[in-house]
Amino acid sequence: MSSLPKTIDAVRAALAAKQMSARELAQAALINAEATDTNICAFLTFSPERALAAADRVDASLARGEKLGALAGVPVAIKDVIVTKGLRTTCGSKILEHYVPPYDATAVEKLEAAGAVIIGKTNCDEFAMGSSTENSGFFPTRNPRDLSRVPGGSSGGSAAAVAAGMCVAALGTDTGGSIRQPASFCGTVGMMGTYGRVSRYGLAAFASSLDHIGPFTNNVKDCATVMGVISGRDPMDSTSAAVDVPDYVTLLGKNLHGIKIGVPREYFAEGLDAEVGAAVERGIDTLRKLGAEIREIHLAHTRYAVATYYLIATAEASSNLARYDGVRYTSRGPQAGTLAEMYRSTRGAGFGQEVKRRIMLGTYALSAGYYDAYYLKAQKVRTLIARDFEEAFRHVDLIVTPVSPFPAFKLGEKAADPLEMYLSDIYTITASLAGIPGLSVPCGETQARLSIGMQMLAKHFDEGRLLAAAHAFETASTAERRQ
Amino acid sequence: MTALLEKYEPVIGLEVHVQLLTQSKAFCGCSTRFGAPPNSQTCPVCLGLPGALPVLNRRAVELGVKASLALNCEVRGVSGFARKNYFYPDLPKGYQISQYDQPLAEHGWIDIREGGAPKRIGITRLHLEDDAGKSVHDGFGDSAKRSYVDLNRSGTPLAEIVTEPDMRGSNEAHEFLTRLKEILLYLEVSDCNMEEGSLRCDANVSVRLRGAEKLGTKAEVKNLNSFRFLKQALDYEIDRQIAVLESGGTIHQETRLWNTAEQRTIGMRSKEQAHDYRYFPEPDLAPLVVGDAWREEIRATIPELPEARRARFIASYGMTEYNAGVLTSSKAIAHYFEEAAKSSGDARAAANWVMGDVLGQLNTAGKTIEASPVSAPALGELLKLQSSGAISGKIAKHVFLKMFETGRGAREIVDSESLAQISDTAALEKIVAEVIAASPKQVEQYKGGKTTVIGFLVGQVMKATRGQANPAAVNELLRKALE
Repeated sequence: MSSLPKTIDAVRAALAAKQMSARELAQAALINAEATDTNICAFLTFSPERALAAADRVDASLARGEKLGALAGVPVAIKDVIVTKGLRTTCGSKILEHYVPPYDATAVEKLEAAGAVIIGKTNCDEFAMGSSTENSGFFPTRNPRDLSRVPGGSSGGSAAAVAAGMCVAALGTDTGGSIRQPASFCGTVGMMGTYGRVSRYGLAAFASSLDHIGPFTNNVKDCATVMGVISGRDPMDSTSAAVDVPDYVTLLGKNLHGIKIGVPREYFAEGLDAEVGAAVERGIDTLRKLGAEIREIHLAHTRYAVATYYLIATAEASSNLARYDGVRYTSRGPQAGTLAEMYRSTRGAGFGQEVKRRIMLGTYALSAGYYDAYYLKAQKVRTLIARDFEEAFRHVDLIVTPVSPFPAFKLGEKAADPLEMYLSDIYTITASLAGIPGLSVPCGETQARLSIGMQMLAKHFDEGRLLAAAHAFETASTAERRQ
Repeated sequence: MTALLEKYEPVIGLEVHVQLLTQSKAFCGCSTRFGAPPNSQTCPVCLGLPGALPVLNRRAVELGVKASLALNCEVRGVSGFARKNYFYPDLPKGYQISQYDQPLAEHGWIDIREGGAPKRIGITRLHLEDDAGKSVHDGFGDSAKRSYVDLNRSGTPLAEIVTEPDMRGSNEAHEFLTRLKEILLYLEVSDCNMEEGSLRCDANVSVRLRGAEKLGTKAEVKNLNSFRFLKQALDYEIDRQIAVLESGGTIHQETRLWNTAEQRTIGMRSKEQAHDYRYFPEPDLAPLVVGDAWREEIRATIPELPEARRARFIASYGMTEYNAGVLTSSKAIAHYFEEAAKSSGDARAAANWVMGDVLGQLNTAGKTIEASPVSAPALGELLKLQSSGAISGKIAKHVFLKMFETGRGAREIVDSESLAQISDTAALEKIVAEVIAASPKQVEQYKGGKTTVIGFLVGQVMKATRGQANPAAVNELLRKALE
């Protein structure tokens, strides 16, 4: 199925040239995805009816000679923590195994309004809690580059689906790196906008003050296109920002002259895999060659970030997951004689180990007598981490770091040690805590041909500059690799 | 007990929940109408579905601010929402959105009058929150085995008003709640309907030896859902605590429930069993900002409050305190009276009529003054007919009843039933002459010095005119004719 278009431009060209109809493309994409998925296990649910209906709308629009939406006919996948009307949404959890939402997330509505064709819902760590997609309540997803390895997480299904060519774009969610890290592991572009840039309405909350929806794509231009479609103020989300959304695609194609890029030395210290470090350093060289001025910066509170993140995220999660109680839509546990039994049985049987661990941690952090020492202290450190970035961005326009300390690891390799798994989020969670936008762009491979991603961060609502720089980098590094 | 009440002093503080009179719920667009079919007024937000987010109802804030200002509170420029976490089947999110350490308003008071002297009761705070749904434990065929949940009420906006422990007996608490309800009704921020649950009251009760400064250990008494229950429960609880102390026992901090059937309070949970609500700032809502301009705009909508209106009625209409109390007992009655006074030009008559015939008839008919078949201007017209001498007082009462029954105007009834007094001397002279001619015996007696017989003659004239003759004029004409 190598004839399937891999980018939004390729889809647009194929439809314009009448090489295929949107319906034919959707059918081919579905057949390809279902076949490929027997090895990858990226999808939890396919949605052929919904996909074909959307494709038919595009074809009808084409037949009437109407102007097509930015994503007309583009096959996309949606991480299963984002609700879809009439389409099962499990959050990767047994507790929602049979849950069919009655409404669409705002980001999903916007994708479909732009002509996107949703082919299915992708696997993820249960309620987005994890860094490998091994915490899915159903099955692990495999890295398309090496089936013995994880695709990263929590949005591993979406990353793998795009990387394996099963769809052109996918939505993931990022709370502490859950888009950027799997993008890095799978060799795709993955982006999280400024907190508030993309509406969270319809994203089953893990940690409300940290959750983002964002895209996976095969190149930066497609990332810019999807970000443009899903961004913007949503009256249904009070935390969405009323900040104008520029046309990101038209901002691409600029060189990097005059751009100052900061490199925090704290991010290149102990624990960073040598091949990953070297690839990112080469990436920084490429940026320098493109005209950027590279400056060393310090993000002094980085070492507190993991502890801070896991207090705030688990505290919010303990509250956000209270609604899965067996009363209404949750799959009710087998023993439900009394109310307390129903709660215990439902949540005991429905939630996996990692989710239970985080609910316990978060409940503890919010308990009377501990709140000040844990949650409140963490909020104060969060402010310090945000100030680190504010200070840094007074001197530089962008910040470049590794995404993950190591490339994709083997299934089961780190599953036994939750703390080691938490520590691997170190490079991504600082931006989550600060609420700034960030993305992962491929910057090389290991000798074992595992992909390596470079993280680029920008100040609040500076997604345009972030995408432009990533695009310039992508263009140059692709050319370098061809040489 | 009276002797013991000289020894012990009860100390009472109230927590009053008031349903705000908005069209839609606190955080979604669903209707707040009472009595709709179960679960018909719900949406993803008030059902607590995965991914749904709250959006604050501006009107609820306005009503909360209005009440705060009328209760002499300081409204915070920035207040915040918090999550109060607990599990219950009618709480679909697993937490209530409330305000905790940053309430909407603080430091208010209202003055009450109980036993003559005015007394100031402090208001600690007023904060906004959303209501839970309703668990229905009986009325279904399988109620022995199952409970049902109705989420129509879920998300309804409430203001919680917390007082200082300033009340010293059930009478003061009763008086406070009466005054509070009156103010809230005047403000039109709530319908304060206790049967429908739009006004709910809990009380913190303790007793201490008179003269002691330290407060005794309190019990929180719940389920005080009528003014009568409030008084009964407080009296019971005060007696109970005194009895415990008198018998050498100690009071334990606990929550107790008023049981109407058994006429006593029953322990529900001890301090040790109290919930740890794990409050933390609600990450889905931005801080609530009430700027000076908005606050003053809301202040301008506050009408004259009952206390001020009573003072004005006493001063400008010269009425007694009692009459002023009756005529200001609701905003509608006060308004009715003032309109009738204005259109009749006779405040004293208007006051007497409103307190007498109008409220009497409404009471008999089971109607409120808003639904009175006789409008205030219509009453004014009737009073003018009476004061101008066009109809007698007796006829006026008759006409009022007709107006009340038919909704027709006073003039119309007087004309159609030919009820106007005959003051026309020529017409009356003729009738007087006829009566004198037909009553030779009485004329004889009158002339013989028995002048009281004129009463009989007046009666004859009145009879001949079916009551419409002006009695004063008839008297005058008879005397003239007989002398």
